[in-house]
Amino acid sequence: MSREEPTSTHFSRRQFMKSGVAGAATIGLGMALPFAKVLPASAQGGSTVVIALGTTINSLDLHRKGTNRPSYQVAVNAYDRLVSFGTKTMPDGSLSYDSSVIEPDLAESWSFSEDGLTITFNLRKDAVFSDGTPVTATDVKWSLDRAVTLGGFPTTQMKAGLLENPEQFTVVDDHTFVITLPKFSKLTLPDLAVPVPFIINSKVALANATADDPWATEYLHRNTAGSGAFVVERWEPGQQLVYTRNDNWSSGELPEVSRVIMREIPSPSTRRALVERGDIDMSYEVPPKDALELRDKGDLNVISTPIENSLFVVACNEIFEPFKNKKVRQAMAYAIPYEDIFKTAAYSQGVPMWGASEMSPATTQWPQPFPYSTDLEKAKALLTEAGYPDGFTVPFYISLDLVSWMEPAALLIQENLAKIGVKAPIEKIPGANWRTAALVEKRLEMSLDDFAGWLNYPDYYFFWSYLETSLFNASNYSNPEIATLVEETLHLATDDPAWEPKIKRLIEIAFEDVPRIPLWQPTLSSAMSKDLGGYEYWFHRQIDPRKLSKA
Amino acid sequence: MAKSKTMTVLGRVAEAIPTLIGVVIVAFLLTRALPGDPAAYFAGPAATLESIQEVRVSLGLDKSLPEQFIIYVADLATGNLGNSISTGQPVTADVMSRLPASLELTLFALVLSLGVALPLGILAATKPGTWIDQLCRIIVTAGVSLPVFFTGLLLVYVFYYQLGVAPSPLGRLDFVYLSPPHVTGFYVVDALIAGDGATAWAAFRQLLLPAITLGLFTLAPIARMTRAAMLQVLSSDFIRTARAAGLSWRKVLFTYAFRNALLPIITTLGMVFSFMLGANVLVEKVFAWPGIGSYAVEALVVSDYAAVQGFVLTMAVLFVTINLLIDLAYTAIDPRVGFDG
Repeated sequence: MSREEPTSTHFSRRQFMKSGVAGAATIGLGMALPFAKVLPASAQGGSTVVIALGTTINSLDLHRKGTNRPSYQVAVNAYDRLVSFGTKTMPDGSLSYDSSVIEPDLAESWSFSEDGLTITFNLRKDAVFSDGTPVTATDVKWSLDRAVTLGGFPTTQMKAGLLENPEQFTVVDDHTFVITLPKFSKLTLPDLAVPVPFIINSKVALANATADDPWATEYLHRNTAGSGAFVVERWEPGQQLVYTRNDNWSSGELPEVSRVIMREIPSPSTRRALVERGDIDMSYEVPPKDALELRDKGDLNVISTPIENSLFVVACNEIFEPFKNKKVRQAMAYAIPYEDIFKTAAYSQGVPMWGASEMSPATTQWPQPFPYSTDLEKAKALLTEAGYPDGFTVPFYISLDLVSWMEPAALLIQENLAKIGVKAPIEKIPGANWRTAALVEKRLEMSLDDFAGWLNYPDYYFFWSYLETSLFNASNYSNPEIATLVEETLHLATDDPAWEPKIKRLIEIAFEDVPRIPLWQPTLSSAMSKDLGGYEYWFHRQIDPRKLSKA
Repeated sequence: MAKSKTMTVLGRVAEAIPTLIGVVIVAFLLTRALPGDPAAYFAGPAATLESIQEVRVSLGLDKSLPEQFIIYVADLATGNLGNSISTGQPVTADVMSRLPASLELTLFALVLSLGVALPLGILAATKPGTWIDQLCRIIVTAGVSLPVFFTGLLLVYVFYYQLGVAPSPLGRLDFVYLSPPHVTGFYVVDALIAGDGATAWAAFRQLLLPAITLGLFTLAPIARMTRAAMLQVLSSDFIRTARAAGLSWRKVLFTYAFRNALLPIITTLGMVFSFMLGANVLVEKVFAWPGIGSYAVEALVVSDYAAVQGFVLTMAVLFVTINLLIDLAYTAIDPRVGFDG
């Protein structure tokens, strides 16, 4: 730590955090007592990690309707899945999940049938829930049935892996579980590793289910019944969530930290002050500006990971007559001041997505830079070619929830568009309306969008945002060739020889037609004390404390 | 006399009923008039049209407005304020946990603010035009013109970040403490009741910075009102008479002048208090204070109908109660004030 500890209270608290509960009692300071008093039987050894979050956790059950994104971390940490992803080391030395490797979690092995239509999972025999009862195939079936039945987001996500119907899930014996598929899909296994299909202790859940609530949503909303690495010890909505290590966990190496306190601190300035002072160990998801400044200061470790399969884009909606012409959309793409936006709105935290030299992609990497860069001459010429030499006026919408990046980006774009004769008055839409207006009704003529796909495949991104029916297709873009290509590639294995050329063609069309003009690929940044190691990036952007360690 | 007073209080409570009914209707209609579709919002990031419809049905939002209203009123009659979709808790539970947090902070801030504003106002009124009057003016102007989030961040920066004397702005209690068993909902009081001095002290320390921030802001109206009321009273005939009768300055100032000036001050206090309770959102954000103001704003942003209605109703009940208390205080301070006249 670079900062000295100025007061004795400080010292005792930091000691407390380092020594864990067993140590806290022996320090003998009054202020450390209450926790020890109330929680004498908690995990021995290990340390406490305190993490600040900007958002509130509103449920312990991901399957419940209305559960917000930050709550998904409970499904990640307090539950296991059949399979998980591997871990890789990034160029900067930090850890990231590895989307190309599927690893055992509750299933120790699995095999596809010859025709690829059934997957047989062999569950680990030593796996137990946090209450000590064994994990059986019945629990797995009950949990997956729940995910495909309760509706809403979980059911939609399950469908992506062709998991739609409880009849697809069969219990063979206590430790053998079979999934049958309508057709082979490369997405099925990864989709079983996302937070949604988490395995619940069905005995506990059923004991708390009622006739009106057969899936125990009320109970699981407030309680966890899982086999994950951590157990939720306290949940005070609007204030904090406290995890304790599950010492019975057997799906991986026992975490080093014995307790994790997730504290909700709404103000980013306060979060920054806390982590800079060393009173908390990590501020999760820091704004790009703080990431830049804290990295420059050097007192903390700031880890930034590009968010996979994610782009910040300008969507040109084809309900607006001029945008029906691809030359106009290309003119837009040439008029955007990419560099300035990247510096001002992203504080250079991210991956540039402009300036490629070829109009067709060399690789299937996604996202990859588009072949556009700021060229007002070219933009002007394209507009004239398209029949709009004097430009036009188009309202440009941004969300009030996302003004931190959308406002500077929109202002800079507006300024450049004015230079080619396009007036783009900026309209701000309240967060509650944004989704309805931009994605459900798709009625915004020009808007900014931030879609990110969980499963790391280009076809998956296209499926969600380039099809006529895609929810995230805020541009109302429609192209039969894209539709065919997505259908052909979505479930195809990536090592199939047909996959690569088709994906390249998809990207090529995206380059050419630019219904979505990428600005940059955003990053997820977290600032943490230099004593803290083992931070790992996950596609779901939830904190995973399993590998954390404190020096 | 005592009996008639009870009757008048009951009468007052009865008078509040139409107000509350009005509030229930208006709150219901206003939340429905909010732009935004809670079903789309709560259906999550990758929801399809069908799943949005499913959420709409499960929230009961597919029913007609009158139907929704009847269901809402029927629930209200049983004391059920509904469930907040954004926090996932019953609104009653949310209000019960957040209102005490706001009350504790606001009351404490008000005490701090009164402790400074009253003497300042009185002194300024007794010595108009002197340096103390100017000081009062400067403090008052500064208090109003500094936005609370700025004062809050400044205090955090100086006392926590730079000097390290204030506890971390982590909300009501640092994470090493557990919240005391719920009795009043005021952490300091509850911890003392539980005999846990360390927690009470910690909770008190957490209160200080946010309370000073809020207090600075509320100082202005109270000090100004005190000064104005005192000036007016001090220039009235009965004070001149009292002084001519040779009463001591202290007796004149506190027994005669201050008591008479108290009425407008109490009125201001009531207004300031109710205003602060719901409006200290920025202070709550800066200090991660789980209060009712930020709860309402978050609920509004996501069109969380039940939570917004619950908040409006709670605040209405509080306003009515505070007004009643103020009226009662009037009669206690000035026997000439009657309920009917």
